[in-house]
Amino acid sequence: MTSLEATLSRTRTPVVAGWFTGEGDDFRLLGTRCSACRAVFFPREDTYCRNPDCQSGDLEEVPLSRRGRVWSYTDSRYRPPSPYVTDPELPWEPYALIAVELESEQIVVLGQAVPGITVADLTVGMEVEVVPGVLDEDAETTWTVWRWRPTGVAG
Amino acid sequence: MAADGGGGMTAEVAVLGAGMHPWGKWGRGFVEYGVKAARAALADARVAWRDVDSIVGADTVRGGYPGYVAGATFAKALGWQGARVTSVYAACASGAQAIDTARAQILAGRADVVLVVGADAAPKGFFRPAGGERPDDPDWLRFRALGATNPAYFGLYARRRMAVHGDTPEDFAQVKVKNAAMGALNPYARYRKRVTSQEVAASAVVADPLRLLDICATSDGGAALVLSSMEFARRHGAADPVRIRAVSTVTPRYPRTVLDLPDIATDSARGAGPGAEKFRASIARTAYEEAGIGPEDLSLAEVYDLSTALELQWYEDLGLCGDGEAAKLLWEGATAPGGRIPVNTSGGLASFGEAVPAQAIAQVCEVTWQLRGQAGDRQIAGARVAVTANQGLFGHGSAVVAVR
Repeated sequence: MTSLEATLSRTRTPVVAGWFTGEGDDFRLLGTRCSACRAVFFPREDTYCRNPDCQSGDLEEVPLSRRGRVWSYTDSRYRPPSPYVTDPELPWEPYALIAVELESEQIVVLGQAVPGITVADLTVGMEVEVVPGVLDEDAETTWTVWRWRPTGVAG
Repeated sequence: MAADGGGGMTAEVAVLGAGMHPWGKWGRGFVEYGVKAARAALADARVAWRDVDSIVGADTVRGGYPGYVAGATFAKALGWQGARVTSVYAACASGAQAIDTARAQILAGRADVVLVVGADAAPKGFFRPAGGERPDDPDWLRFRALGATNPAYFGLYARRRMAVHGDTPEDFAQVKVKNAAMGALNPYARYRKRVTSQEVAASAVVADPLRLLDICATSDGGAALVLSSMEFARRHGAADPVRIRAVSTVTPRYPRTVLDLPDIATDSARGAGPGAEKFRASIARTAYEEAGIGPEDLSLAEVYDLSTALELQWYEDLGLCGDGEAAKLLWEGATAPGGRIPVNTSGGLASFGEAVPAQAIAQVCEVTWQLRGQAGDRQIAGARVAVTANQGLFGHGSAVVAVR
């Protein structure tokens, strides 16, 4: 089997079920919203609202805003430990991590930057958008994840 | 200064003894470190193990969660003698919760003398989550989905301070310079060499903007305290002991708007009304209120400098200065020996590295020696009131106020 065939034969599966959906411009992080107090949760809460003044257990799925602004950022110059998956045969390539503030939800969500974006490309307050990405692959599965990309950078 | 034990806001317990096993990477078991620290504390207190009514152990940490049971393990190693036994786990605040448990037993009249012990033998490298597939564990998820190590979070906080307050890498390095100078004087510290800002700047970047010498290591170590009622201390001939006047172990308040270990996102502030008090500030405020003091009363403070930038954050959260003024306070020398409010006279985590369940206890050991005037070359003249503070995984944090 060629590597192309291997890629095509793998199933694309979110690294965590129910945290995001869609492809391309339709990609969205998925949270939940309390029907009683309207609090929004990501990662999703499905069975209880964590607002201490709310006793509700009625939460509905809601897509989060696609765009937000950089709250802060850093990178990982050393190979993280398992369960992060890396190929020990390959030299370590640092990636940037971005914490993004979504204005309408007033929430900060952490994610990796798209490959090729380094800390030198980032500033606090910069606008970014959420895009789909590939976290890692094994024989059967391409594990997908969300990534942050500065707006105006070609996908 | 305050009422003795027996109820009310100012109920106090006495610190009869403090003991430690030196921090390092010794490669032996945590029980050995804990026993050594416990025996040192008992000797310091002039109390026989047989006469201890209760032992409280702070559990070791493995993958962010409780590892080995501590209380019964130390009781067995010291020799079963029928003491009441308790083990607690609260991540980085485990040691303070052990102290708080001991205090509650003493103030409730359930025990006169309590031994508090914390020790760990930390695995090498990054702290990592527990093994296996754990998709319901936020600590596992942040590693699996993002590769977000603890230093990555420290890097995020440091960069945020740079953007909001104008802090610089030179400010962060100066914290290390200050703490390493104190650690060089502490026989219990793992790193006992002075460090220059050039050495910090020449160390490898771990999580931009933080370098290796900005971030605390993981260590082996053990610390113990012997606590008693004020009445027992008097009978025991300790007329003027160091007293613990407050232990704060509060939870955060919803909504948490600062990204915290090991979370992937903050709470949403939408619809939650006015912003809640920040967690670290609430830990300190609760301790101050319980002790009936304010930051202006402090002689010294021990804070959890997981990174150099986090020490600056603590200055503001403890109310030692206003928001954004921490770097100025540092450069004025206010937090160095001889300054208005020396911070981390022990050398801090910068000089110790983290032995999680022992760390909050070690903080109280240091302030005990300072308040007694027994801190040797590190002594802060005339120390009367001290606060210790820390914060860790899963919404845990603590502060202890000790006075003499």
